[in-house]
This record gives sequence, C-alpha cells and structure tokens, in this order.
Amino acid sequence: MELFKFTKATGIPQAVQMAAMSKTAQQGADVRFIAGGTTLLDLMKLNVEVPTQLVDINGLALDKVERLPDGRLRIGALVRNSDLAHSAEVQKDYAVLSQALLSGASAQLRNMATTGGNLLQRTRCMYFRNDALPCNKREPGTGCPAIEGDNRTLAIFGTSSDCIATNPSDMNIALVALEATVQVQGPKGEREVPIGEFHLLPGKTPHRENVLEPGDLVTSVTLPAAKAGAKQTYLKLRDRASYEFALASTAIVVELHGGKISYVRVALGGVGTKPWRSHEAEHALMGKAADAKNFRAAAEAALHGAKPQSENGFKVELAKRCIVHALTVATQQA
Amino acid sequence: MSTFSTTALPLNTPPKTMGKLPRVDGPLKVTGAAMYSSDYNLPGMLYAVPVCATVPSGKITALDASVAEKMPGVKAVYSHGNIGNLYRAAPPSGFIGILDEQRPPLEDEVVRYYGQYVAVVVAQTFEQATAAADKVKVTYSKTDHNVSDKLKTDEKPKVDFHRGDPDAAFASAAVKIDETYATPTETHNPIELHASVASWDGQGFTVYETTQAVMNHRNVMSQMLGVPEENIRVISRFLGSGFGGKLWPWPHTFLAASASRNLGRPVKLVVARSTMFESVGHRPRTQQRFRLGANADGKLVALIHDSLNHTSILDDYSEGCSEATPYSYSTPNLRATSAIVRRNVGTPTSMRGPGAVPGLFAMESAMDELAIRLKMDPIKLRLMNEPEKDEGLNLPFSSRHFVECLNTGAEKFGWAKRTPGVGSMKKDGLTIGWGVAGCSWIAERTEAQAAVDLMQTGMVRVSTATQDIGTGTYTALSQMASTKLGIPHDRIEVVLGDTRLPAGPISGGSWATASLVPAVMEAIEKAKGTLFAVAGSAKGTQFDGAKPDALAFTDGRVHLKDKSPDTGVPFEEILNKANIRVASGQGSSKGTFGDPNKKFSTHSFGAQFAEVTWQPETARLRVSRVVTVIDGGHIINPKPAQNQIEGAVVMGVGMAIFEETHYDPKFGLPLNNNLADYMVTTNADSPAIDVTFLDYPDKVLNELGARGVGEIGLAGIAAAITNAVYHATGVRVRELPVRIEDLLGPKMDVA
Repeated sequence: MELFKFTKATGIPQAVQMAAMSKTAQQGADVRFIAGGTTLLDLMKLNVEVPTQLVDINGLALDKVERLPDGRLRIGALVRNSDLAHSAEVQKDYAVLSQALLSGASAQLRNMATTGGNLLQRTRCMYFRNDALPCNKREPGTGCPAIEGDNRTLAIFGTSSDCIATNPSDMNIALVALEATVQVQGPKGEREVPIGEFHLLPGKTPHRENVLEPGDLVTSVTLPAAKAGAKQTYLKLRDRASYEFALASTAIVVELHGGKISYVRVALGGVGTKPWRSHEAEHALMGKAADAKNFRAAAEAALHGAKPQSENGFKVELAKRCIVHALTVATQQA
Repeated sequence: MSTFSTTALPLNTPPKTMGKLPRVDGPLKVTGAAMYSSDYNLPGMLYAVPVCATVPSGKITALDASVAEKMPGVKAVYSHGNIGNLYRAAPPSGFIGILDEQRPPLEDEVVRYYGQYVAVVVAQTFEQATAAADKVKVTYSKTDHNVSDKLKTDEKPKVDFHRGDPDAAFASAAVKIDETYATPTETHNPIELHASVASWDGQGFTVYETTQAVMNHRNVMSQMLGVPEENIRVISRFLGSGFGGKLWPWPHTFLAASASRNLGRPVKLVVARSTMFESVGHRPRTQQRFRLGANADGKLVALIHDSLNHTSILDDYSEGCSEATPYSYSTPNLRATSAIVRRNVGTPTSMRGPGAVPGLFAMESAMDELAIRLKMDPIKLRLMNEPEKDEGLNLPFSSRHFVECLNTGAEKFGWAKRTPGVGSMKKDGLTIGWGVAGCSWIAERTEAQAAVDLMQTGMVRVSTATQDIGTGTYTALSQMASTKLGIPHDRIEVVLGDTRLPAGPISGGSWATASLVPAVMEAIEKAKGTLFAVAGSAKGTQFDGAKPDALAFTDGRVHLKDKSPDTGVPFEEILNKANIRVASGQGSSKGTFGDPNKKFSTHSFGAQFAEVTWQPETARLRVSRVVTVIDGGHIINPKPAQNQIEGAVVMGVGMAIFEETHYDPKFGLPLNNNLADYMVTTNADSPAIDVTFLDYPDKVLNELGARGVGEIGLAGIAAAITNAVYHATGVRVRELPVRIEDLLGPKMDVA
C-alpha cells in the first residue's frame, strides 16, 4: 500500500471536481471515490490499485431507494447491498435483484458494499490480484497468464486474447435482466447509461472496464417500472454454499400469456467478461411454451458462442443447466 | 454397547468433576482476555516484515535495500550476509530438536521455492516495515523449476511394511481392485496467523511463539541461534489452533530472534496469510496406487499400497501414507511402500492425521470399490476382514472396537434402509448418497513431566510445559486433578505454555492428554506424600507421628486411613498450621514410541457415515449428514472431545470437496493464497453431525484409559463422502477434491 490523501466529499460537484483531476477513471486511477471500500481497500493492500487521493463519498445524500412518479425505482449509489436486498420495494417487485444480492459475499460485506461499488466490482482473477504476476488488465501490455494458467473460474463469453477475466458481481446480472439504467454525474453534467452499455468488453484494452471518465460519479441506478405478473429468479451455482463467486448464474425475468412466453430477459453471471445478457436465449424462448425442451433449446442457443478456456470447459454445460433450471423455477412460480 | 455416561466411569476414584465441564479457559477467550502470541506488545518493540522470493527457483544476483533503508522508521534490512550466525540443528532425539525446514533462513542466495524469505525489514511500525519491504529490490537469475502435481519417481521406494507374498496373491486373486488415488496439497489455515515476538536481553531470549511444542522450540532455537537452552524462554499461553502447522519451528522465528539480538530491541513478526501458503508447511500432495485382491466371498488375500508424496528441494518429508495400512484389515499378504518426489515448494509438514488421513482416503475408497465389485454391502466387507490382532506388529490390540463402531454407526445412521443402486435413493426432490468408511489413528504416549502443588490457600496448581492448541488441555488437566483429588475444578489452576515449567509433551499426534495422565497422577501422589509428611510431623494433632502410609486424602481432606474422611482436616489447614506454603510433587512418564518390548498395538478406531445430497439438474452436491462413532479410549470430557470430532468432520468436508492449494505451473507460486480462493468449509456447507464415543478405557495406555481425539475425526471422512458421492451419482472420484466438473457427466434428465 502506498501513501494517499483522504478527503471527505462535501457535495457532488466538489467530488466530481476532485475526481476530474485523475488521469483515468479506470485501472490505475490516481483519484478514487471510496464508498464501502470492500473492493478498493483490498486492492490497495495488494498494490493493485495505488491511488494518491481518495475521495470519501459516504457523506453524500445518495443512500435512498425511491419510487419515482412514473413507477420506476431509483436506487442511490450509496444504498448498501443489505439494505437494498431487504428493501420492501425490491422484494416485492424486483425479487431477482434481492436474491442476487443475498447470494453474494457475506453478511458483513453486504452491510458495507454499496450499489455503485458493486456495479464497479473488480474481477477475482488471481493473476489480476497478484502484483508479482503479469496481467494486461492491471499493467497493460504485460500479457495474460490466465489464458494458459488457472482459468477454471474465468470467462467463456466476451474474452479476448488479452483478457479472460470474469465480472464477478451477482447484482449486475440481476440489473441486466431488469434492464436498469445507470445515472452518472460528470464534469460535463448528468447522463444516463443503459446497463448493457455500461460495462466494456476487454478487447485490446482490458484495463478499461466501463464507460466512466475522470470525474464521473455513479449517483444512482434506476429500474424500470415493475411488470405486473412478471416472474423472476436468480440461480447461482458455485463450489460452496456461501461466500463464493458464481461458476455460473442466471437471472430470469419472464412473463407468460396463455402458456406461451410473451416476455423474457436472460442474463448470465460467472461466465462473461461483463455481465452477460443472452439475446440468443431470449429469442429462442419468445412465443414458445414454457417446457423443458424449449428451455434446453434456449440454453443451447445461449451457449452456442461460448469460448471455453483450458480449465473451464465445464462451464458450458454448467451454464446450460443453470439456464434450464432457472427458467424451470421461474416459470413454475405461482 | 457402552455409550458414554458420566455415572459409570471406570475409575477407582469416584468421579467429581469428570464429565461435561465447560472449557475452563472459555471466559478468557470469549472476553478477549486470553493473550495469544501476537497480542504481546513489549516496550520498545519493532516490527519485522519479510521479503519473499518471487521466483520458485534461482539465485539472487542483486539485492538493493538502499531505498528501503532510508524509508521512515526503518531500523534495518537483513539479508544473506548480515543477519548474523544461524546454525543448523543436529538430528533430533525423540521429540526434541525437530524442524521440517532444516535450512536456516537467508543461509545462502539460492531460492528453492516461491515465497522463500530473502530479506527481512525491521521498522518502528508494521506499516513502515511493510512499505519498506515492498521497496527492497531483488534481482534473480532464474533456473528451471518444477511444481507439477503429476508425481513419479525413478528411485526405489522404501518398503514400509511387508508380509507374505503380495504380488503372487494379488495376481491369482479372484477379484481385484487396482486404482490410483490422489490427495492435493492442503494448507493449514488456523485463524491465528503464525507469529513470533522475540526479545533479546543480552544473554538470551524470551519468545512468545505460536508453537504446539514449546520445549522443542526452545531446543531448536538454542541450536540454531547458538544460545544455551537455559537462556531461552518460549511462551505459548494460547493457540488459535495449528493443525500440525505449528508443531515445529519455521524460519520466521529465527528472523525475529536474530533481528532482536542484532538491534537489542524486541521484535514482532506476524506471518501474513499469503505467506502461510509458502513457508510454514502444508500437507503434501499424495498419489497412491492401491491394490486389493480378494476371493469371491470377499476375504482379502492381498493388499499392496504404493504411495508417493511431494517434498521440497532440500528436505525429505515423507507423509507416511501407510500408517494405517498394516493393521486395519486382516490379510496374509501385504506390502506398503513410499517414496518422495522433489518439487520447488516449501517444506511440507504434519497436518491433522498425517499419513493416515490421505492413506485412509485411498484404502477406504478401494474397500468401497471392492464391495461394489463383489456386490456386497461395504460394512459387511469390512466385518469379514476384521483382524483378530495387529497383523503388522503381530501383537494383540490393547482395545479395538471397530466392529462396534460400524454396527453402532449403521444403527444411528439408518444404514439398513440403504438401497445399493446408484442414484436409487431420493429425499425432498434430491438424490441422496450414503457412504461409509473406517478410520484409525495412532494412540501413543510421549515423555511428559508435570508438577502438582497443593497450596496453603486451598488451591491446587498443575503445571507442565505443554500447551493448549485450543482442544481443551487446560480443561482436561483441571479435570484429571479434580477427579483424583476430589477437589472442585474452580480450586484448580492449570499453568501451561512456558518452558520454565516441567517439560511437557508436544500438542500433536493426539497424544498430549494420554501422555500427561501418568505424569499428573504421579505428581499428585507425590504431592500427597509431601503433605502426609507435613501432617505426620504436626505436633499435637490427630496425625502426630502418623506414618504417611497410615494417612489418606479424600475430597481435599487428610484423614487416618482407618477413620472416615469426615474426621479429617482440609489440606490447606495442615499447611497453614505448619506455615508451609506449598506441598509439591513432580511426576514424569515415559513415552511409548519405539518401545521394543511392546505387548500391545495401541490405536483409536472409528467409523464415518456420510450422506450427500445431489441435484443432477444443476450438479449441485452438498454433504448433508455425518454420523461418526469413535473408539478413542475413555473420554475425559465429552464436551471438548465432541467439539474436536465435529471440527474434524467439518475439515473433512473441506478435504473431500473444497481444499486444494494450486501451484501455478509457470510461475511456481501457490496462486490461491488467501481464504477467498482457497476454499474451506463455511457454516452453510457444514453437515448435521452426530458424534458417539464408545468410551472403552484403554488401560494399557494409562490409568484413566484416555487416548486423545484430536485427529481421528478427520480420518476416513473424505472416503465416506466420496463413497456417498459414488452412491448418489455413479461417479468415482479418486482425486480430491470432488469438484462440480467431476459431476457433470451424468446426463440431465430432460423430459
């Protein structure tokens, strides 16, 4: 860990102004916002992140879950994961999000971790987290040893020859299935980014993980108005029953009319370099009966483009089963 | 069957506080008052942080500490050449003088494993030392390394056991099993990190150390630092467990001590969790070819067990996988061999149930495979091959109730309802699998000394230089004294973990309790003798002139043997009247190891029953239920004993389905060097556990018939689980841990 300055933000404009001094908002940023700290402090202790300035945003009034007049739900960036998971609004209308949050980390971590922080959660790739080893995400141009190394938990979607690191968040997968939007306050004003466009594929620039630029502060995440009658579920498959990242997970939002699927969103976790929406699975399901044959066909379609690595070929079959089982559970709900 | 009962203890002395006494050190621990080694902060203390090699094999070509040395608070940077003299220890004698990594730290500039200490920074604060350690620039010329988990050797293996003609018998056996089983590198992960707080006083050291053996630690420090033993005091009051990882000294202790001597100030060195995956030992990877030959009705005719384990470049660590092989089952023809294979890894060490635990995974898996081949119930196969004596030593067992363990366990588990077909049992929409395995562990005593003081205050002090690894040694000694003297435990003070006390045993091998029984009993008798001498010389009392053998001690009172205890006098009164502060007795007992005149084979036994649940649609496997029946001699206190077995079962779940230290082949480091990536069992993964003790005292071992139960609970559990996994899924996993990808083979049931 290196020496750094620590400043408490007094307001959003001041926080944005301080962060705008940073050369980047991506890996290696010299100015970092700190909220729950559950990712950032870890990475600072490991010398993976070495900011010279921390801006503590915990005092900003971004900790409310609010129903907007048009029925949307706005979640402040500082709402803690545990508060969000147990919010009555979320449990009633966005069960998939509550389930996803509660399947992640531990109770202690969820009490600290925030919505904005979880959105920006960094990969658990062991090469990224060890500063004695090469890693293109941490130090561009040094190579990706995971490709020929320990990649059992890494991605099979969205990989490049430079990076195969998985986005580890459970929350993000639910947000993708719910088609959330992210509100960002930057030096040039406020803007909205659909969740599907928020995270970037690694390509040649794996150190760039999202669309944020220096000074950009995530202020909230907004969920569309609840769909009456939509069934939702989050299924997470992992090595152990608790305190473990997904090997494969699936978030489902589905509506049935007359026994046929009239609306469906399928998002996959644990398998993508970014939270992975499967348009292929959705396409395969639309208008079809909710039965095992169609679910399996959707799973086959979803995994068609998967590119397994040397040790994670099992994720292809596991993700298929995860999709089928999640669809089964979701559609059998009363 | 003899289930545990506190009212039917097989003792000559009526029990007083035997039974379910809560831990006497419990309040200290839950209030945070218990002082663990790294809790000690001494005046003027400095902090040491090591610099660890970032190559697995090579030579240091340059070490530049110039930046680090100028950083705030830095007092010194030591590397090869300026740490001061460190000697090697001579070969051990008994349980004294042992260490697994023989090379003193910084002895040369050769790196033989990733994480090897190459320097140590000492600074005013931990943060300053950490920051400066990051700035020590080390350049290496790398040499080829090998951390491969595929083990093979061209060397002739050592024959551990041999009887009959196993090759011929196997060749002609009607039914054969010939499979290879592997267990991965496992890292001890006690919650308490290893730590040394060393203080040099100009002539010697006081060291607060996380050690399971203060006496050995003192001896090795004496040898390696070149300081007489009497000038070294090693203290280990409480341990946040060790699992064998803290049995013998590791290099950090010599760095801390050397730095303290060089700087003339106390030095604290706490080993980081990531470093605990490198330089404080691990259970080595094992690969075991196991052959069983049987006749058509299941009688074993041949058993051949060939095991390999990895070790470090410099040290010959043998896991000893064949520990339980020669005596577990009856067979006229048997051979067990072992060999080591060198890798660029830190030196392995004992981990809970060394040898037997990986060995029994292989043997009890092979027995299950044989039962399936024979279409025979796996319990019946074991019962059929129950030996009448230890066929390895050709001696009778002192006390073996393995058959009762199996039968009792079967009854408790509900084994009779088991249907043998793969995937044939369902519960709550899940497939369930049931597996069984036998287990055993060495029951021995090591040399031990103890002192008992009857105090003028009415208190009794029991002291010995052993230590409580967390298993309840304080409590067990309190109970021994309480029972023998008839004095409630709140008047008994137990003092442990200090080399100034009478030399006590290591906290290892599950032997501490058994070893201490005779020593404490003798010390009590001698203390009573001292007291009787005092009483007999007390003028004008009822005891005046009484010969010691005319006196008796009952429930804390001295009385004439021919009179009732009610007529007696409390011992503290006798001491008070005589103005004698303390009546002391010293006791000692010999070890049983290597005794050429052994008349019995002494072991603990047990049976493990495991239930797994299996959801084929998602390949989700969980261990749901474990029944374990332990024949571990007389159980002094069933509370901590049950706790030991439950903890071992939880660890066994980890061994079966989670734990594995993964060395990166290219970079040579243990990659998953933290508690997120190295998976241990969480509460959510822990099964319902039902523990039964048979409680047959083993009087061959000591007067109370107590053995020790620290390790046996882990033996056999991994095989019971993989046997259950086979029963549920049809997948035989011979290489631990069982992983989700092993279980994706069975096709999902899509209607």
